[in-house]
Amino acid sequence: MGSKVVNEGLMNPMFSVEHQENVEEEEINVKKFLRGEVADFKVVRDKKLKGQLELREELYRKCAKAAAKADKWLMPSEGGFLEPEGIEKTWRIRQEAIGPEVDILSKKNQYDIVFPELGPYTLDFSMNGRYMVAAGEKGHLALMDLKKMDIIKEFQVRETVRDVVFLHNEKLFAAAQTKYVYMYNDSGTEMHCLKEHGAVSRLQFLRKQFLLTSINKIGQLNFQDITTGKMISNFRTGLGPLGRSVSDTMQVNRFNNEVAVGHSKGEVSMWKPTSAVPIYSRPCHMEYPVTAIAFHSNGHLMATAGMDKKIKLWDLRKHEVLQTLPGHANSLDFSQKGMLSAASGSYVQVFKDVFSTYVNHSMPKGYQTKKLLFRPYEDVLAIGHSMGWSSILVPGSGEPNFDSWVANPFETRKQRNEKEVRALLDKLPPETIMMDPTTIGCVNPTRKRGMPSQQERDAEMKAAVKGAKNLSFKKKTKGRSKPSKMAKKKQQAIIIAKKPFLEQQTKDEKDLLSKKKRKRIGEEIRLPKTFRRFSEAIG
Amino acid sequence: MKVKVISRSTDEFTRERSQDLQRVFRNYDPNLRSQEKAVEYVRALNAAKLDKIFARPFVGAMDGHIDAVSCMAKNPNHLKGIFSGSMDGDVRLWDLATRRTVCQFPGHQGAVKGLTVSTDGRVLVSCGTDSTVRLWNVPIPSLMESDDSSSNEAKPLAVYVWKNAFWAVDHQWNGDLFATAGAQVDIWNHNRAQPVNTFEWSKDTTISIRFNPGEPNILATSASDRSITIYDLRLQSPARKIIMRTRTNSIAWNPMEPMNFTAANEDCNCYSYDARKLDEAKCVHKDHVSAVMDIDYSPTGREFVTGSYDRTVRIFQYNGGHSREIYHTKRMQRVFCVKFSSDASYVISGSDDTNLRLWKAKASEQLGVLLPRERKNHEYLEAVKNRYKHLPEVKRIVRHRHLPRPIYKAASLRRIITDAERKKDERRRAHSAPGSMPKDSLRKRRIIKEIE
Repeated sequence: MGSKVVNEGLMNPMFSVEHQENVEEEEINVKKFLRGEVADFKVVRDKKLKGQLELREELYRKCAKAAAKADKWLMPSEGGFLEPEGIEKTWRIRQEAIGPEVDILSKKNQYDIVFPELGPYTLDFSMNGRYMVAAGEKGHLALMDLKKMDIIKEFQVRETVRDVVFLHNEKLFAAAQTKYVYMYNDSGTEMHCLKEHGAVSRLQFLRKQFLLTSINKIGQLNFQDITTGKMISNFRTGLGPLGRSVSDTMQVNRFNNEVAVGHSKGEVSMWKPTSAVPIYSRPCHMEYPVTAIAFHSNGHLMATAGMDKKIKLWDLRKHEVLQTLPGHANSLDFSQKGMLSAASGSYVQVFKDVFSTYVNHSMPKGYQTKKLLFRPYEDVLAIGHSMGWSSILVPGSGEPNFDSWVANPFETRKQRNEKEVRALLDKLPPETIMMDPTTIGCVNPTRKRGMPSQQERDAEMKAAVKGAKNLSFKKKTKGRSKPSKMAKKKQQAIIIAKKPFLEQQTKDEKDLLSKKKRKRIGEEIRLPKTFRRFSEAIG
Repeated sequence: MKVKVISRSTDEFTRERSQDLQRVFRNYDPNLRSQEKAVEYVRALNAAKLDKIFARPFVGAMDGHIDAVSCMAKNPNHLKGIFSGSMDGDVRLWDLATRRTVCQFPGHQGAVKGLTVSTDGRVLVSCGTDSTVRLWNVPIPSLMESDDSSSNEAKPLAVYVWKNAFWAVDHQWNGDLFATAGAQVDIWNHNRAQPVNTFEWSKDTTISIRFNPGEPNILATSASDRSITIYDLRLQSPARKIIMRTRTNSIAWNPMEPMNFTAANEDCNCYSYDARKLDEAKCVHKDHVSAVMDIDYSPTGREFVTGSYDRTVRIFQYNGGHSREIYHTKRMQRVFCVKFSSDASYVISGSDDTNLRLWKAKASEQLGVLLPRERKNHEYLEAVKNRYKHLPEVKRIVRHRHLPRPIYKAASLRRIITDAERKKDERRRAHSAPGSMPKDSLRKRRIIKEIE
């Protein structure tokens, strides 16, 4: 009997410990889905509103919990990993060593495609990672389906192609050619010739707003809405005196859809289509041109590389450098899981978890890298270089579980069409691009009920006086509206307008004085009036 | 070394046969989605605009009466039928689906002032200014279906003549008694030709009467001495009474919270009270610009509909100070009676222009059977619109209603008048000794006194 009781006593703590561990684990994940902190309801005075808001918070918590549980138990795929054994280091493991260890389908993703005379290649992936468009500088454009590993369409435009980018899906892509920007179909038909852009060097596409962004050698930034064809805006991004600091690097921050431009004097500025002044501009590399910029998908991290042989990692909320690494970088890219890849010359490095080297890859000497891109939802890094393009495996860089309604690598034609229609219905106006996109729908923090600051009071008084000055008095007859009388009336009106503010001021001063006095005297007897100045002089 | 790379086999992620459903995989990670709030805001804006595009509340008008419609009654057992009585003594039963008269009940010599149906749906009671109470047999629904255009005439079950003209009648829930309002409140039984019981407080006429749906023995009446009285049938004398500043035209009990009732008043407001605590109104519903003539609650207990002398029908939330919806037509004149249909989807109004009009309770609702996907979509759009309805662009669209010019002008005039009164009040308070002028809320201000 006694032993039974002891056993039960022993069992229960174990269960509770395990239960607590599970609870804690789930707690951590719940925060990921909560999208911010719980609001403080003490400031809400209205009881009805408070009750409604608390109910809402309860529902949010439930949603986040359900999402965390689904995240834990219901995900179909697991992420990739690369674990070294013994004294092995991950960066010493070469692609040839990884290849035989993985399955055949994944091995197909390691390849080198060589087109020696067709110039350095840039690439772009579609949002679901299934389609890729590659453009060689000598005019070769190729659209490929990477699931089936075959080329959908390739053609030669016989002009210099500087950049290529997919539009909202794989059906359309834009190429920056010698004189203009052209839009092509997936069957190679030229759909549009966008003359307003002119000869641009970089192209980017803002997916939520359907804006095609381009920047040319002298730093002119263009925004065009491809659904209506209208040119939204056109800015000169040149910073510094006389706009000398021109820019050539451009990257989109996918978190808030701002366009970051890197300048030749080392500044990085963020632009939005509705203002001619950058939202934010920071000197990142002193006096050295910025060669590459990349953004993490959570919107907080930015990596920049400059000619001063430094790669810097910035925290965008605090606007300060987190880490600096020596080395050049021709091109930078963040993967979905937060790995940073940097390429310079024929050497590619991949960093994991804030600058610990993960995987390195060096290509044959003749290959000079031009562009690095991680493939969405796959553990693959595509490298566009001077001799064509290559693809290497980087285990653990891609997001293993996709959401069918965000990006589906197994999309059918019907699903793609539906998605296009829905995306057009949800198209955001260009005004929604802002530094912190979560402020939409937030409550403005109310001013404290207390006194307005001195500045505000002055402003109010000024406004009142201005109003009084603008008053016009009725003109009376029979000599009752003499100029002297009118002038007097106006003065009176101004005095009346000022009166409440001056009264308030004197009242506040009185209150302040009496409070100060009472503090000082406190327990002591209040001196009669005649002696008070002595107490003030001493005290 | 241990290495694993993401590899997805196509079979797991695509369907096998074309009859299968497509497979959908979800990942709720916020990092995969950018600018969620902006997308929601755009959807809310579009939802508000679509709402306005599909807002066609008027379903149809039922005409047949040759004089103003003075009262209506719902049949608790049959959804499609509604009874209406007019000022020339004509009582009709309408079929709402075809909007035709099914049966007529001739007999009253003067205006029909009150109509009510017993809870089992068999007996219709009507009372009028010719001092008679008539009981009729309600025709059985199956018969109603078979007859298309021919309107039958029914013979009364019983005719009881009494001393004075009647103003209103209401039937007890799940009971055998009905009460009439006139010079005094009389309680009748179906089978007796004389009232079983009489309540009389003062010499003023009682103009409306309503039994409580939850407590079958409690009823509320309003009289022309501006009072609202609550009676209990088991007691000999009235239970409670409050006197207000203006007369109450009609009362409706909340079917889901039977201790609350709302009174439609002559001063263009509706006052919701808790019957247990009558010294302060729970809520004041302000939006009409002329006397509110009739009020009826939705079976959900969350909304009620009011009809007013200013030719409009408004729908209010049970706890909201302002109306959610307003219905008006050029042809609809003074609205004398309104009813909320028993499935909470329709509102019926009877007005001075001899027509009964059928309106949708939710103006942009899609009628008929909805697919589950459609229903979910509607619910989502409603929810996202409600989340952002405080933002200025969305609010402007959601709030926008076209008002007829006289009502718009009358409403702004009322606003100017109340603002001026309030300002004067504040100035008086500011210039008098602090505390000498007590502040009283609108909920209390309209009540003169409460009597036990």
